[in-house]
Amino acid sequence: MKKIMIALAGQPNVGKSSLVNAISDAHLKVGNFSGVTVDKTEVEFVYHDPKRDADYEIHIIDLPGAYSLTDYTIEEKVTKQFLRNDDYDIIVNVVDATNLQRNLLLTTQLMETGRKMIVVLNMMDEAQKEGIEIDAEQLARILGVPVIKASAAQGEGIDALKSAMVEVYEKPQTTAKVIYSDVIEEEITRIVAFLEEKHYRSPIPYRQLAVRLLQEDTDWYKRMHDEPIWIEILPILREGLQHIYLHSETKDLDAIFADEHFAFAKGAKMEVMALHSMRAQNPTQKIDKLLINKFLGIPLFLFFMWALFQLTFTIGAVPMDWIDAGFGWLGEQAHAVLGDGILGQVVADGIIAGVGAVVMFLPNILILFLGIALLETTGYMARVAFLLDGFFHKFGLHGKSFIPLVTGFGCTVPAYMAARTLKNERERLITLFILGFMSCGARLPIYVLFAGAFFGQDQAGNILFLIYISGALLGLVMAKMLKTFVFKGEEEPFVMEMPKYRWPSWRLIWHTVYGQALSYLKKAGTFILAASILVWFASNYPKSDTIASTYAAKIEHASTPEQKQRLQNERTSAQLEQSYLGRIGKATEPFFAPLGFDWRMSVALEAGLTAKEVVVSTLGVLYAQGDSADEQNGGLIAALRSNISLPAAIAFIVFVMIYLPCFAASAVFTREAGGWKYLVYLFFFTTGTAWVMALLAYHITRVIVGG
Amino acid sequence: MVLSQLHKGDTAEIVKLKADKILRDRFASFGILPGEQVVIHECSLAKQTIEVEVGRSTIALRKEEADKIEVEAT
Repeated sequence: MKKIMIALAGQPNVGKSSLVNAISDAHLKVGNFSGVTVDKTEVEFVYHDPKRDADYEIHIIDLPGAYSLTDYTIEEKVTKQFLRNDDYDIIVNVVDATNLQRNLLLTTQLMETGRKMIVVLNMMDEAQKEGIEIDAEQLARILGVPVIKASAAQGEGIDALKSAMVEVYEKPQTTAKVIYSDVIEEEITRIVAFLEEKHYRSPIPYRQLAVRLLQEDTDWYKRMHDEPIWIEILPILREGLQHIYLHSETKDLDAIFADEHFAFAKGAKMEVMALHSMRAQNPTQKIDKLLINKFLGIPLFLFFMWALFQLTFTIGAVPMDWIDAGFGWLGEQAHAVLGDGILGQVVADGIIAGVGAVVMFLPNILILFLGIALLETTGYMARVAFLLDGFFHKFGLHGKSFIPLVTGFGCTVPAYMAARTLKNERERLITLFILGFMSCGARLPIYVLFAGAFFGQDQAGNILFLIYISGALLGLVMAKMLKTFVFKGEEEPFVMEMPKYRWPSWRLIWHTVYGQALSYLKKAGTFILAASILVWFASNYPKSDTIASTYAAKIEHASTPEQKQRLQNERTSAQLEQSYLGRIGKATEPFFAPLGFDWRMSVALEAGLTAKEVVVSTLGVLYAQGDSADEQNGGLIAALRSNISLPAAIAFIVFVMIYLPCFAASAVFTREAGGWKYLVYLFFFTTGTAWVMALLAYHITRVIVGG
Repeated sequence: MVLSQLHKGDTAEIVKLKADKILRDRFASFGILPGEQVVIHECSLAKQTIEVEVGRSTIALRKEEADKIEVEAT
């Protein structure tokens, strides 16, 4: 079976990912913002070509969206490098039919690679709605490559594309031909004639090679430099370039060829495209009138954010109760089956309680991720960048920093990766450093727990909103400080496409949210499970026989049930204090003491370095232990309320808001920032800030409430 | 006259780009090139960012970048 390697290239937001989906049912994420598919995505399937009656194994590599083959963004760099150096048979260039001219700019650059090529006119259905008619056959004649009309959303043109892949694959060479201005064409002819005369062995067609040489392409100069033909071709080139310079205002070959590409793209468009209806305004422009309005834009955006957090809390609360009850029941069953011995305790109090505390917050996380996925796929993200750049710019950030920052509210791991869209090193580093201040979904359980415990359920939504906003504001202030004192220098230019608003594809949103939920649960099932068993063990061992026997005697002599209960609780906490966990907490207590934290809170924070979800499960183990049988419901909440003062609770929230993100995120940060030293900086930066801010919060609250 | 001096609803023709190579490439890949028509769609408060239509694309620019695009009002 023959194997066909396809490189799928196109500008951002042309529907590349949905095309891949339509071709092979692969589960890819489709976003409307530039560069969602930063990573290389691959898809493989077998196609039976009816004409040749043969099977082909088609392998598609979805390259990151690139406006042009430059090194401007990392996505563009990746795409350029791949197209240049990697092994593949055909470039499939996806083109947005509603924006032909700009898309053809990239097409001309792709044609110059000298590879075999197919152009896919995607979104033909949308183009028709906008009154755009494109003569695909004429375009194919001009470009010299097959042009397929398609609509990935409607699943149209997919079969034609598959058979075109085979057709092109079976052809010996590319037939692509960019037509340049007369001067350049003249020089190309001259060089091609010379190469033909010399019977030069070239891996790419002579015409393409001639163009490369005229563009002073470094790679090709290097490759040909050591060959004998070089001496002879050099004078021809020199003369040719002089001739070209004579006819243009500049000697900058990049500028000259950029103009050439543009002229070709524009010329091609003029010949093949007809605009039928004079559309007054497309829906996108109408929506934009409101959403990016000078005065309404930002309030509307804040409203959306507020609504998202409210929804997360109120709707999320319903299934949360069910899950809580379900795990409670499961714990009881475990105790009933396994008894009250060590095994029963490990399973019921360690494993089930720990994982239950984590799974309980799945509904909240699902809703939050759904909201963020919606923002991304509808195209609203880019508007937000437009609205907020003026604001972010003041803090040394970029409007685009907003995307990683908002993603950071979901999970810090993808957020760190999303920061790659920032081209400028300094702006990217600043964004990376403050990303942790955007509270991730995993911190949500901690906030929900504390907000619910100390402010009541009716206030919790507002408190939550306040936590998120103040974290974000602190991040901005820190960004400004980093910009002023640490990362000084020039800024990235702000030139950004505003993609059309699109209805989200529910199937793709479902895949995104489902994927997030799955990875959260996986974390809960493995990492957090292990951590909660470890925490349970460390909090139960070593067992002290003296404590057990002293309290056993005391409890026996207790006269009232209340007294008995009090003694039992005392025993539990005495046991805890001398356990391994208690010892760690005690050892680090002096560090946290000024913030009003007891050793249990210290331990929870330290355990939270593995994953933020662990903070809640650790608190669950540390506070609810022993009384779980007596409390009907809300055991942990009640235990927290009776053990922690309000100022300490607020200081705790503040500390959690700021300190180092989880293991996984720290590892990604290290990779994205470019070295371990940055992680060390981040550790001291966040811990220091967290400590100082928590101290302030503690004392200010004490003054206010008079604690 | 430069692009940043235009107001919402104005139409103009691009005359010249006063940008360095990197920025000019960026402009070019969005179709921002001399001879093209631009329409100002919206400016944010204090004109820190500007949304323009060029060709069939909608592009957002910062004032600093818009300063580097010379235009002639039409």
